[in-house]
Amino acid sequence: MIKAILIFNNHGKPRLSKFYEHYSEDTEQQIIRETFHLVSKRDENVCNFLEGGMLIGGSENKLIYRHYATLYFVFCVDSSESELGILDLIQVFVETLDKCFENVCELDLIFHVDKVHNILAEMVMGGMVLETNMNEIITQVDAQNKMEKSEVRL
Amino acid sequence: MALKIVKGSIDRMFDKNLQDLVRGIRNHKEDEAKYISTCIDEIKQELKQDNIAVKANAVCKLTYLQMLGYDVSWAAFNIVEVMSSSKFTYKRIGYLAASQCFHESTDVIMLTTNQIRKDLSSPNQYDTGVALTGLSCFVTPDLARDLANDIMTLMSHTKPYIRKKAVLIMYKVFLKYPESLRPAFPRLKEKLEDPDPGVQSAAVNVICELARRNPKNYLSLAPLFFKLMTSSTNNWVLIKIIKLFGALTPLEPRLGKKLIEPLTNLIHSTSAMSLLYECVNTVIAVLISLSSGMPNHSASIQLCVQKLRILIEDSDQNLKYLGLLAMSKILKTHPKSVQSHKDLILQCLDDKDESIRLRALDLLYGMVSKKNLMEIVKKLMLHVDKAEGTTYRDELLTKIIDICSQSNYQYITNFEWYISILVELTRLEGTRHGHLIASQMLDVAIRVKAIRAFAVAQMATLLDNAHLLTGNTQRNGICEVLYAAAWICGEFSEHLEEPMVTLEAMLRPKVATLPGHIQAVYVQNAAKLFATVLRGHEGVPADSMVAQETSQLLIDRLPLFVQSSNLEVQERASCILQLVKYIQKLQQKDVEVAEEVTALFAGELNPVAPKAQKKVPVPEGLDLDVWINEPPSGSESEDEGRKSKGKAVFAKEESRHTKPRYTEVDEKELAKRREVRKAEQANNPFYIKASPSSQKVYQDGVGVEHIPVVQIDLSVPLKVPGMPMSDQYVKLEEERRERNKADKKKKKDKKKREKGEKGRRRRGDSGPESEEDITPAHMVDIVTEEMPENALPSDDDDKDPNDPHKALNIDLDKPLADSEKKLPVRSHRPDEVLKSPMEDRQVVEVVPEPKKKTGKEKKEKKDRKKSKEKKKKHKQEEEEDLMGAGSEEPVQPEETKEVAAPPPASTPEAAAAPASTPRTASGMAAVAPDSEPEEAKDTEPEETKSSTHKKKKQKKEKKKKKHHHNHSDGAGDESVQNGTVEEEEPLPPMSNYALLAENSYIKMMKQDADKVCDIQGNLQDGSQVVVSVIFENKCDSFIKSMEFNVLDSLNSKLQRPDGAGPHDGLIVPFQLPPGISNEARFIFSVQNIVMPQKLKGTLTFIVKTDDSSTHEKLDFKLHFTCTSYLITTPCYSDAYSKLLESGDLKGCSLKLEGVNQPFHHLLARICFHHHFSVVERIDSCASMYSRSIQGHHMCLLVKTADQTVSIDAKCDEPGLLGNVLDEIKLTFSQC
Repeated sequence: MIKAILIFNNHGKPRLSKFYEHYSEDTEQQIIRETFHLVSKRDENVCNFLEGGMLIGGSENKLIYRHYATLYFVFCVDSSESELGILDLIQVFVETLDKCFENVCELDLIFHVDKVHNILAEMVMGGMVLETNMNEIITQVDAQNKMEKSEVRL
Repeated sequence: MALKIVKGSIDRMFDKNLQDLVRGIRNHKEDEAKYISTCIDEIKQELKQDNIAVKANAVCKLTYLQMLGYDVSWAAFNIVEVMSSSKFTYKRIGYLAASQCFHESTDVIMLTTNQIRKDLSSPNQYDTGVALTGLSCFVTPDLARDLANDIMTLMSHTKPYIRKKAVLIMYKVFLKYPESLRPAFPRLKEKLEDPDPGVQSAAVNVICELARRNPKNYLSLAPLFFKLMTSSTNNWVLIKIIKLFGALTPLEPRLGKKLIEPLTNLIHSTSAMSLLYECVNTVIAVLISLSSGMPNHSASIQLCVQKLRILIEDSDQNLKYLGLLAMSKILKTHPKSVQSHKDLILQCLDDKDESIRLRALDLLYGMVSKKNLMEIVKKLMLHVDKAEGTTYRDELLTKIIDICSQSNYQYITNFEWYISILVELTRLEGTRHGHLIASQMLDVAIRVKAIRAFAVAQMATLLDNAHLLTGNTQRNGICEVLYAAAWICGEFSEHLEEPMVTLEAMLRPKVATLPGHIQAVYVQNAAKLFATVLRGHEGVPADSMVAQETSQLLIDRLPLFVQSSNLEVQERASCILQLVKYIQKLQQKDVEVAEEVTALFAGELNPVAPKAQKKVPVPEGLDLDVWINEPPSGSESEDEGRKSKGKAVFAKEESRHTKPRYTEVDEKELAKRREVRKAEQANNPFYIKASPSSQKVYQDGVGVEHIPVVQIDLSVPLKVPGMPMSDQYVKLEEERRERNKADKKKKKDKKKREKGEKGRRRRGDSGPESEEDITPAHMVDIVTEEMPENALPSDDDDKDPNDPHKALNIDLDKPLADSEKKLPVRSHRPDEVLKSPMEDRQVVEVVPEPKKKTGKEKKEKKDRKKSKEKKKKHKQEEEEDLMGAGSEEPVQPEETKEVAAPPPASTPEAAAAPASTPRTASGMAAVAPDSEPEEAKDTEPEETKSSTHKKKKQKKEKKKKKHHHNHSDGAGDESVQNGTVEEEEPLPPMSNYALLAENSYIKMMKQDADKVCDIQGNLQDGSQVVVSVIFENKCDSFIKSMEFNVLDSLNSKLQRPDGAGPHDGLIVPFQLPPGISNEARFIFSVQNIVMPQKLKGTLTFIVKTDDSSTHEKLDFKLHFTCTSYLITTPCYSDAYSKLLESGDLKGCSLKLEGVNQPFHHLLARICFHHHFSVVERIDSCASMYSRSIQGHHMCLLVKTADQTVSIDAKCDEPGLLGNVLDEIKLTFSQC
């Protein structure tokens, strides 16, 4: 299970937060802050896994993250997920964003967090991986965006 | 004009969309909070408008603000509004917002049920998709229950897009509504072979999650997964399946054998590292589960280790990390194969990545042996020196200590080396683990007697150089070790070479800058040292001056501590100061005082295990909850005080083993206690006395002469002067081992000697005899921590009782009964962990297996007979014997098998004169507890004659009573009501009173919980059940002060008067003269009536005879059957048929075979025992009705033909219905 997906920038500003378990807003912010502190102090060329420790749900969970330019993509997962698999998933996620936004940059995520959520919803549902095939994800996202556009015209 | 302004502002608000909000926030960096609060005000305005587009825009902005940490739950209702928009655009916004901020306690969620249902069945697949995605985040038990059927239908949707989402969300539904698992499982299994890979992957995903928590229920799917594994090419699916196999193999070793080959093939063939890694992991799991007997066992391990080595050597840090992680799994079972890669792992300690270093450290922990411990620790010490950053250094420090102290210092062969390691560690600056080092020093010094002399010397040096350690006075800083040092020097001061010097060091003015608790130990131990000095110098005339000087030193220095702001220090210092002054006076008169002063600190301290206090078994008959004296009224607060005090005592006990015990008792008291303890110890054969032999062994030990404490290394400039270097011990140890090898004969002798000592040394000494042939440097006597006698071995159960997955532990292989093909609908959510009602209902069809029970009973009977022979009147025995409740035996779901068997229940009457009464009739009166008929049937009456005789008397009494009750509240009036009066045969007597418990003093009978619905009580409050209990005094003495108490369960609580605590008993409002019985009623509040309940209770009472009175107690179990929650409620036939037509009721049926009793008897029994009323009766067919205290309707249609009774039942609460049917079945199985 994926417990949470966080995207924040190099300064710890949240760009997307998706928790698959309920926490109060304060706790969520604290988790984001702590995660940022853990992740940001790591060098570039170290491994992408971190024992989450106190954060979400205790020691069974791991933080798996990737750092792209100004953004950190952090997945908090439990032991049922494959570490390398999740790393691949992050890659798929970022590539999908890149396709959907055409050369994605932090600004896209800042201004269109709703769209990012919609893309993510096609990949992960309720903490479980729904789809890993990028083309399939993009097809579904596009189809929904088309529907939205047709509604605007009406 | 005004209109224009309004319109304009509306437009502006409308214009500000999410992008504007974000831009605005970015432009107001300096007053962000203020800006956002104005935005929230705007959003509130927007939400008030009717335009859904405006609302949706507002909700979209709220979702963003929620991410920034603003609570938006106030807008929950608006979110629901937006969710229910017909436009996909808005719906999606609404569901997104809901998924971000709804949770189980959001109350508007219950408004969404119908909307979600509508969306789920929408023709537009994206409406459905969005609803499923949203629901996956905020599904509640209620939603899960209400929508389970809809989602199950979607699992077979034509579009794979919907199918995969529906399959995935089922996992969440199962978690929230475990009853849905069994009905939904066949379809879920189908989806494993769905043509669409996405759906297949989703199904694998869900089953893997389920199986991970309750693997044994999914073993039967192994062949299917095996097929998938060999056929699938999707790495995601493969990884999941392989992980699942990892969870299954420990349960089924045969599976593991099958897996090895395909997994090995995958390992060789795959190019995906993720897959390779998971394969290796599962192979490891397989190898762990197969302890032996595999032909190519070692080959597989070699393959794994080899692959992992490749991973660890890879330049990719991630692979390195995972390789180490997997390596640590192999380590547990095959340490040898890992140990050969020690070089690689030690190399990882140099890695720049902290995660990797920590992993490597973990591995080292498992890799140490007696042989390599010193080497590994040496390496770690080097790292400690090099480490940058205190966090990692602290981690190293704790790891070193962990490694060394693991399994009771098993791997340490040379404690002098270990002490010097600890001393070296004190050089660490800025560590937060001073306390840890200190407790290690204390532990070793206390438990390893042989090392004390050495330890004391080291500690003295530490004290002498205390100024080097006092730089860091923060909490847990390194100065904590001074605490240990001072205590060790004081407590074991007889080993000190120059106590004077140490004493002087402990009284330096600088000590006053140390934390208070350390100063306190300094002062106290200074006094101990003083005693040692006195003893050393007294008697020798030339030295009396020294003794007096010492006194003077104390008198000079102690006033500094008397002024301390720390209360503890002050108190101890002033106490000791006065003592020393007095001693000085005596000294001046040439009185010898040394012995008396030493006596202050006499006695040996023994290490106490951390959990020792907890494990002291409660002596039999001691009930700590019972008042010794009746509490004075209004003593609530006093009670509190006492409780908290008790806690403090226990807390202190627990921490005792690390901290020396010093309570604030004055010295004399202390001395007195020590004397008492000493005397006690002298007489206690179990006490481990300070053995001179261990001391001697130490003297004789090989290598000891090579450890000259005096000449310890003063040349290393960076080190604390006088402190030892652990390295020298490594060399010495190596030399020693060399010599040891040559000297095998000697070793053998030693072993023998060890064995002789075994009785004295328990766990701690297992080391020397274990696998490696390394004997410790000197015979080390590791004192086992003391445990109380008869310590309970139980450790705390660490399973989380709240784990939602517990409820999903459901057998899925059982075929589905007709009744459960559809999802059950539950209308009441039980508080406790749910047992699936389906399972219970299943049992209804099970053919009884009488053998099982009879066998068991026979055995019981035998046992009972045996013990009776031994002790005819053993009280406890009787209590056990008579526990039970005849016909009211409730049906516990877990015990369904037993329930299926008819317990032999014939009354004593029937047994005594089997021919006189019709069998049915006697059977009907079967309210007697199980034990009685057995006794009556006893084939060897001679043996038990006397006791049987006595009991028979009681039985007669009881019989009378039975009849009495029959007439008063039993068959009499009910038979009229149920229309059985016209029947030709008289109704057999029935009673709802069942024996609750009995002993030689008192008998308790419970009336089958006669229910009264609290008229004013609402449903949420739970309903009330009244239990009538008859108390009968069976002895010749007066019984008084009866107190009735029941251990409340979550579900059922005894109602106690206001102000009474939850564990207080209820006073029975009467006293019982000999032979008298009386009835008392107790009210229970019950929340969940779906399941039967058992409550444990105790009756305490005082038996008063002429000359004495004794306190007695009687344990009993109250059974609340589901039947007891039903109230006989009349129902007219038209209302009845309407109820049946309404379709709200779920059905279930029951068949009873071999019932050979008249139909009217049958009905009467159902009416009487199960509180139904007959609605209509036509020939051999009758409809019956009852109502639960919570208003569930329950309808029965009873038909009979050829000794077969079929009961079709309907109720709006299937769980309750199932249990009631089980109980009806039981009632009839007893005749």
